[in-house]
Amino acid sequence: MVRWQNKAVAAGAAVVLAAALVACSSSGGKQEEQKSGGAAGNVANTPRIKVALITHSGPGDTFWDIVRRGAEAAAQKDNVELQYSADPDGAAQANLVQTAIDSKVDGIAVTLNKPDAVMPNVKKAVAAGIPVTVLNGGLDVWQGSGALGYFGQDERIAGEAAGTRLKQEGAKKVICIIHEQGNVSLESRCQGIKDKFGAAVENLNVNGTDIPGTQATVTSKLQQDKTADYVVGLNAGITLAAVQAAKDAGSSAKIASFDMSKEMVKAIQDGTVQWTVDQQPYLQGYLAVDSIWLYRTNGDTIGGGQATLTGPAFIDKDNVTAVEKYAAAGTR
Amino acid sequence: MASTITTPVAGDDRVSARSIGARLLSRPEIGSLVGALVILVFFVVTAPPFRDIDNTGTILYQAALIGVMAVPVSLLMIGGEFDLSAGVAVTTAGLTAGLFAYQFSLNVWVGVVIALVLALLIGLFNGWLLMRTGLPSFLVTLGTFFILQGLNIAVTRLASGAVASNSISDMDGFASAKAVFASEFQLGGITIKIIVVWWIVFVAIAAWVLQRTRIGNWIFAVGGDAAAARAVGVPVKRVKIGLFMTVGFFAWFAGMQLLFNSNGVVQSGEGVGKEFLYIIAAVVGGCLLTGGYGSVVGAAIGALIFGMVQLGVVYAGWNPDWFKAFLGAMLLLATIVNLVVRSKAEAR
Repeated sequence: MVRWQNKAVAAGAAVVLAAALVACSSSGGKQEEQKSGGAAGNVANTPRIKVALITHSGPGDTFWDIVRRGAEAAAQKDNVELQYSADPDGAAQANLVQTAIDSKVDGIAVTLNKPDAVMPNVKKAVAAGIPVTVLNGGLDVWQGSGALGYFGQDERIAGEAAGTRLKQEGAKKVICIIHEQGNVSLESRCQGIKDKFGAAVENLNVNGTDIPGTQATVTSKLQQDKTADYVVGLNAGITLAAVQAAKDAGSSAKIASFDMSKEMVKAIQDGTVQWTVDQQPYLQGYLAVDSIWLYRTNGDTIGGGQATLTGPAFIDKDNVTAVEKYAAAGTR
Repeated sequence: MASTITTPVAGDDRVSARSIGARLLSRPEIGSLVGALVILVFFVVTAPPFRDIDNTGTILYQAALIGVMAVPVSLLMIGGEFDLSAGVAVTTAGLTAGLFAYQFSLNVWVGVVIALVLALLIGLFNGWLLMRTGLPSFLVTLGTFFILQGLNIAVTRLASGAVASNSISDMDGFASAKAVFASEFQLGGITIKIIVVWWIVFVAIAAWVLQRTRIGNWIFAVGGDAAAARAVGVPVKRVKIGLFMTVGFFAWFAGMQLLFNSNGVVQSGEGVGKEFLYIIAAVVGGCLLTGGYGSVVGAAIGALIFGMVQLGVVYAGWNPDWFKAFLGAMLLLATIVNLVVRSKAEAR
């Protein structure tokens, strides 16, 4: 009885093992992940310093994950201990800046997308002698804060670039999807498109944390408005939902996007998405930390008192292959 | 151990004096107090900046942001009701004051008063609808939550053409209002935000009302058993509407703090999800979801726990990805401790 059981177990194990071997995927999965550059190599021999990166990101946001990777790559090279923290709530983000001051860090990289709440504490940090760099948001206010530099994109200019391109491509009616109620950057993008394209731009509000709901909303919009021939999403996830929505609605509208992701690369290669406006988040995080190190070790500042723009850069069928492997590694 | 022979206490054994220990253990906030001490020790050990007394001000401020609203929310929960619109109502109040003052070029204080009236009306509406329909407050205030969330953005866009209210920082009355709602002062090297002082004052007043006045008894009564309370002459309807209006008043106050702390600009999308943080603070502090039991002081300790954990994770330099998981575990732990302590206390 026992021997029979042992045999059965052995046979069962063999079957499972064989199935596992046969079922190996020839593509995709962990095996295709590549180590991104920048994370390995030598470390600067400058004294170890502590830098806080404080953003307004919600938890689990791909975009901010890329920013963080850039910051971490710079930190690794520069012998910096990076402390990352984030809160989408303005008052709470301001308090995180205060905690960085309390912790006596050697530098602070901060997003100023909610300047009214966060700015007082940024000024406090500068007054306490902590070098501050601003990234991603706060382009029109950062100069008054005493920060060393700004690394990001002018959302209005990015929107205008997209609007110009839409005009060149001969679009008639554009839907601009805003996926977060009251987000100033998103509003600026759609406004920039309107400035260059003209009045035939309609904003559509969706809930960005609910992708299926977003897809349904865009579908119904395309069913309702047959004249819409271009849909612009303001981040990769939303745009890909819009691609699906256009299919569902049987609409022939073309799709364009802002920002990047692995899936976005595929969509541009397939031609389901025409192009995307990239602001290079990795670079934003990298420069924000690296410039603090430069200032600490050599007194350097970047940008000559002006913003250092990391975008807009168009990625379309012609140049998508060049960034493909970086996107796959999660750094673009 | 030498045993002492005690003489039996003369008198009625049904009203015998309970020992101090038993009295303490039967307080609703005792579980959260133990939890707060454990967390304090934990972070003092693991996070060096936590030991720095100068940083107490930052932690207290973080706690006050939740704590001020946890005061009326805990009263309301003891009264047996929920308010899911409390988070966005704060934003509504801030937006109202800012937009009103700006659009009509009035003294900032006029906007502040208008916002107070509106906030009280929102509370009145919630309470009235609840008593009128007999629906669960969960549903009534969920409706209000969506209405306010929508109005926040729609009205803001109509008025200012943008998604944030216009800045009122250069208008008459701004400085004095900021001094009242969002100033700070030094106290022996610690920067104390004025909202922390207000929070302590509010907790003291609310705790006194709850424990020492007839109204406090009424609140416990309507939360415990509304029908029985009505039978003995408690004005159930007035008490419940009053509780919702209290939430309205505090939402106004928190809204003013939001407005004047950020240069007179409020983002219309803020406040969503905050209502649960207020409820969490109250529950960690010993309030029951079923009503009739809890304390204001406990809710204050609950808010303090929340602030300590939120900033402790940062001060310790940990990856903030873990914060929410940590918070959830803490919440469960705190409520279980409350449960155990309460059942132990009742067994004595």
